[in-house]
Amino acid sequence: MRRLLFVLPALVVAVIGLGLGFGLTRDAGEIPSALIDKKLPKFDLAALDGVDQPGLANTDLGGEVALVNVFASWCAPCRVEHPVLTRLAEARGIPLYGINYKDAPADAVAWLAELGNPYRRIGVDPEGRTGIELGLTGVPETYVVDADGRIRYRHAGPLTPRDVDDTLLPLIEEIRG
Amino acid sequence: MKRWSIALVSAVAVVLGGPAAAATSPEEMLDDPKLEQRARELGKDLRCVVCQNQSIDDSNAPLAKDLRELVRERVAAGDSNEEVLSYVTARYGDFVLLEPPVRASTWLLWYGPAALLAVGGVGAAVWLRRQRREPRLVEPLSEEERADLDRLLKERS
Repeated sequence: MRRLLFVLPALVVAVIGLGLGFGLTRDAGEIPSALIDKKLPKFDLAALDGVDQPGLANTDLGGEVALVNVFASWCAPCRVEHPVLTRLAEARGIPLYGINYKDAPADAVAWLAELGNPYRRIGVDPEGRTGIELGLTGVPETYVVDADGRIRYRHAGPLTPRDVDDTLLPLIEEIRG
Repeated sequence: MKRWSIALVSAVAVVLGGPAAAATSPEEMLDDPKLEQRARELGKDLRCVVCQNQSIDDSNAPLAKDLRELVRERVAAGDSNEEVLSYVTARYGDFVLLEPPVRASTWLLWYGPAALLAVGGVGAAVWLRRQRREPRLVEPLSEEERADLDRLLKERS
């Protein structure tokens, strides 16, 4: 009983310390997606005027693992991740689809002309409604969609080469089985 | 004196006046004041996912505006408050609720502090009671100690 009096407070402090240690070292701003392992929401987006590609609907995905990237010409981090996406699509051959979020079509076309167009299809989301359907928290955001059209992973913010090597590619390998 | 009272009055006014008008702009508002009121209340319960510590009612972020419009659309379409909230949480998760729901995974959050207080209170009560029941015995001084003490006191005086 005596000993318990000494052990108990130490135990409580240890538990609180562990809890705080866990809580303080993870990024509290990172919002878990509510759509993981759920089917892509329904959307049917018009083509980007000025790019010779059809628009993008949720039914265009599925059949193989693919990436859906939400981007905009006004978004600076999108410019940063653009070469990373291009490499993924061209060198790795991973199907990449784009959603052009709240953008002026002319700006988006100029942006793609300048940097290159790694997307197989691009759909425009001028009002950002499809963004909300996806639970979008910002631009850019990238979703990994499996062969059944299910969202398996969401990456918020620009993709870095490290994100690709450490997370995205292993995950895609795993989904492909 | 006069200056002080002016300062005091303005301080009180600032505090009572609360935060300046929310981010909702007039053109977003619904025509029906009752529905608008409901939408405002719902907006206060929903976290803006961009600024995270503001509600969508307070936030000027474009995404918060989109969500405000969405809430108004659902309210105008006749959704109940619960339906609106579940519509949003289906897309953004419980994270967007500024008041987390009570469920098994949040019990620690909701009841943890009270439980800790109860455990501490019980501990303190047990300790106090024991203190009272068995007052610590103070051993009387031995003859030798008393003699020493007397000598020391005498030496000083």
